[in-house]
Amino acid sequence: MKSKVRKVGEVTVVDLEGKITIGAGDVVLRDTIKELADNGVRKILLNLGEVGYMDSSGVGELVAAYTSIANRGGQLKLLNVTKKIQDLLQITQLLTVFETYDNEAEALASYRS
Amino acid sequence: MSTARSRRGQVVELSIRSRFELLDLVHNAANAILDGAGFDEDARFWLTVAIREAVNNAIKHGNRLDQRKLVRVRFEIAGGELRVRVRDRGRGFKPESLPSPLAAGNLLKGGGRGVYFMRKFMDKVSYVRRRGGANEVCMTKKLPEPGSKRA
Repeated sequence: MKSKVRKVGEVTVVDLEGKITIGAGDVVLRDTIKELADNGVRKILLNLGEVGYMDSSGVGELVAAYTSIANRGGQLKLLNVTKKIQDLLQITQLLTVFETYDNEAEALASYRS
Repeated sequence: MSTARSRRGQVVELSIRSRFELLDLVHNAANAILDGAGFDEDARFWLTVAIREAVNNAIKHGNRLDQRKLVRVRFEIAGGELRVRVRDRGRGFKPESLPSPLAAGNLLKGGGRGVYFMRKFMDKVSYVRRRGGANEVCMTKKLPEPGSKRA
């Protein structure tokens, strides 16, 4: 999996591409979030538009990213969640936890200053 | 990889070393077998999630990433069912002891969803302790009606 980080105003957008699965994509996600958190980033928008596959480790890593940022007083939200990934989050009842958006401008505007 | 067709149906067997890098190989083989069995793209997505989880567990919890130990994955198509057996060399576990990942206190835990996915996407999941110290999970799914690709 590949990740690209870009800054839009006060929000850091992470564009993810590929699969988030055990031993590969989950490590990329973990390392990316850790580096951002260690550098003081507290407003993160994960763009999952190009993520078509995720296993339970990927779901676990999303949850870990969310709690890691929330515990530091920040916000982590999801953008462009594909249908299958949305279904995975639905059956694990995590759609009640994550704020998700289909539009980047709306997502960016939702962060409190 | 070995394949066989007998009175009992079609059998495909894979043996892999306990490395996560080999999961994609199992995934691709499973996808081709499921396609041949008539499952549509949507069903194949969910079934490969369940199969990956079983192999993940065999590598991680069963064989504890010991690359000298093999994970055997056996696909059987017979009697109107797909059966997937995943065997490792671990001690096994009590599936009934697993906490629900949907319980309030577990929702934000990093792990504990693999077996839940297996149960969710397969019709039946059972565990067997085999002679010689092997642990096996067997997952079954009813085949689609002939001529119709569906879940």
